[in-house]
Amino acid sequence: MMQTLLDVENLWVKFPTRQGVFDAVRGVSFTLGKERLGIVGESGSGKSMTGRAILRLIRPPGIVEADHVKLDGVDLLRKSEKEMRAVRGQRISMVMQDPKFSLNPVMTIGAQIIEAYRLHNSASKTDAHTKAVEMLEAVSIRNPERVMRAYPHEMSGGMGQRIMIAMMLIPNPEILIADEPTSALDVSVQRQVLDIMDKLVKERGMGLIFISHDLNLVADFCDRVLIMYAGRIVEVCDADKLHEAKHPYTQGLLNSLPRLDAPRDRLEVLKRDPEWSKAQSVSGRV
Amino acid sequence: MAEQTLRAWLLTDTPSSRRHAKLSALYQGWLSFRSNTMAMVGLGILIALMLIAAAAPLLSPHDPFVQDLGNRLAPLGTEGHILGTDSLGRDILSRLIYGARITLYIVALVALIAPVVGLLVGTVSGYVGGWVDIVLMRITDIFLAFPRLVLALAFVAALGAGIENAVIAISLTAWPPYARIARAETLTIRSSDYISAIQLQGAGGFRIITKHIWPLCISSLIVRVTLDMAGIILAAAGLGFLGLGAQPPSPEWGAMISEGRRFILDHWWVATMPGLAIFTVSLAFNLLGDGLRDVLDPKAGE
Amino acid sequence: MSMLQIEKLNVWFGRDRDRVDAVIDATFDVAEGQSFGLVGESGSGKSTILRAIVGLAPTWSGHIAVAGAPIGKRRPKSFYKQVQMVFQDPYASLHPRHSVDAVLGETLQLHGFTDIDARVVKLLDDVGLGQKFRFRYPHQLSGGQRQRVAIARALAPEPELLLLDEPTSALDVSVQAEILNLLADLRQEHNLTYLMVSHDLSVVGHMCDRLAVMKDGEVVETMDVAALRAMKAEHPYSQHLLQASV
Repeated sequence: MMQTLLDVENLWVKFPTRQGVFDAVRGVSFTLGKERLGIVGESGSGKSMTGRAILRLIRPPGIVEADHVKLDGVDLLRKSEKEMRAVRGQRISMVMQDPKFSLNPVMTIGAQIIEAYRLHNSASKTDAHTKAVEMLEAVSIRNPERVMRAYPHEMSGGMGQRIMIAMMLIPNPEILIADEPTSALDVSVQRQVLDIMDKLVKERGMGLIFISHDLNLVADFCDRVLIMYAGRIVEVCDADKLHEAKHPYTQGLLNSLPRLDAPRDRLEVLKRDPEWSKAQSVSGRV
Repeated sequence: MAEQTLRAWLLTDTPSSRRHAKLSALYQGWLSFRSNTMAMVGLGILIALMLIAAAAPLLSPHDPFVQDLGNRLAPLGTEGHILGTDSLGRDILSRLIYGARITLYIVALVALIAPVVGLLVGTVSGYVGGWVDIVLMRITDIFLAFPRLVLALAFVAALGAGIENAVIAISLTAWPPYARIARAETLTIRSSDYISAIQLQGAGGFRIITKHIWPLCISSLIVRVTLDMAGIILAAAGLGFLGLGAQPPSPEWGAMISEGRRFILDHWWVATMPGLAIFTVSLAFNLLGDGLRDVLDPKAGE
Repeated sequence: MSMLQIEKLNVWFGRDRDRVDAVIDATFDVAEGQSFGLVGESGSGKSTILRAIVGLAPTWSGHIAVAGAPIGKRRPKSFYKQVQMVFQDPYASLHPRHSVDAVLGETLQLHGFTDIDARVVKLLDDVGLGQKFRFRYPHQLSGGQRQRVAIARALAPEPELLLLDEPTSALDVSVQAEILNLLADLRQEHNLTYLMVSHDLSVVGHMCDRLAVMKDGEVVETMDVAALRAMKAEHPYSQHLLQASV
């Protein structure tokens, strides 16, 4: 039986607007062990909000409610902001979509990684520097010393994302949340970045939550998949059984993709059934 | 019942005509503005100012020009003169009320001239680019380099003192920042896909500048104008203080402060009352500007 | 008959030392009624070719001919009745202060049509948007709806050649399917020629008859979609792209 790292029960994320309260996430429950869990959905499905809610990155007026969000048995929702700062980065890390926007453009890469390291470990600058170089090598960056001295805008998208991964994994967290980490990257670079992420997650025995809109990518890369629609989980399945998915939304998504190996005259258009958003959220608990 | 449906009609997602769509957009902007209390306070003060200026003959207890040397420098709360009298016995409250007209006149004129000139120069400069841009921006720099009061002095020396000349002097130094803002916005907008798209329909520069770029610049200009109003009123007051603006016996607020300066130690109200009036109106414009920015700023809205 | 002829097209930005060559000696041909794909990764120059054709890229050399007529430095107004473009980002291609009606109306006006009202109604119907969208502003439309408006705008002058710059890459998967179906239908109804840029090989495989693969500004291979489907690419880069897409 896999050890449970994260236990989310009945998570709701609400935003008050002029037209009433908007529920971005509605009653989502799942557990995460030392596995790769994929959360798939289109824009507006609530998948990114789920990731941010776990890290308590949602600021007022957004409201986050849940029965519990337990990390190793301790409820994160009950922690103070100060305690959460010790969790973010140290125990749960997040890699976001575009390194152009998540790396500080006016600091060298070395300075940023060292800062990330020293926030959670008391270490001398030299020790931190060595650790940073080690980390850059671990993400297959060939000339780590040069990269340490460079600025983010000098890096390509793929390199930037690998640097983000290095920065986020240097404090050795237990869980990595990756929010569309390869969506801004070219196809040939995507595979490379994913392989690195996979290797590191396996080596360190971490749990990975992979949020994406790309169903096939997630099926390829993850062990288990949660499919979200309108804030709810509509289906849970093992990644290798994705093409046998039962829920009409999942099937619709799979069928509406153009495929090189299965040419069709017209793509199947998803017919949204209002029942899907009204139904109860399927539990992603193991 | 009718109110409910009117509101629903205005808040609809599917407008049925151009007029409907415009009214709906205006109404939603208004709702957004209304939720900002301080901005509503600012708006209220300004509306009150306009009403007071309009109804000056009805509201003011005395003629602002009538002198009563036997009753000079009467303190606050004197019978018949709530705010006291100035050095020539004229009722301060009446002079404040009539002075509101002059203040509004100055504000309206400058607000009409400076941003319009700035918009024109800035958008043409930003869109056309090249040497037109260089020339226009250097002209802007020249005007920006003039200190306001020095230019006003020059004008007065050349054309004589008076409120119109003061307004022109202020406008001449007020337009460059608007040109800069408009140019910066135009440069950003110019590379957008929607501008490319309309260029692909064969649209010329005039149409693009007036129909596509101006609507996007106007909101930031409106916000900037309201925030600048305070400065403009103070500039006019400063000119009045120096005797370069409205000439005596005109009840312009800045001139009133100047006249009351001599008595500030023993008869402080003569200078302070007009000072408070200027302060209140400036504050009102600032609050209004803040509220408008929250509503009109496209980044905050989208 | 050839709808679009590109021969030894070079597009560059900047001068002398700062010169960046975005497109180098590109050559390909698009027949009338065909759907031609331009594939490549970011920086390959595919979007730049579209912009050069349509007049949005300032410095270019080479030969571009539309329906047999070569193109010079300036584009006559009649050119825009023949060639139109749909942009990639639906959130940036509509003016935020203009309603759908204003966008379409202005386009029709610029091209000299007089029966504007009737045409606006027909255009909205053609792209699958009902009348209730006519007076909406862009912020009241979803990404897919905005892209439909952009397509309607491109169709307004009744063009023959439509340039599509990654028309669905910013859209959700389910919306992409709708838009791709719409584009396929429109091509058939109006007998259009498409030049479609995409980084997604499966989209190109679905929509196009022939395609050109680009890398670093150069066309490395041109092939039929049938060859693409059979995974029979000749150039190593094309093979590499194919491998990564499956």
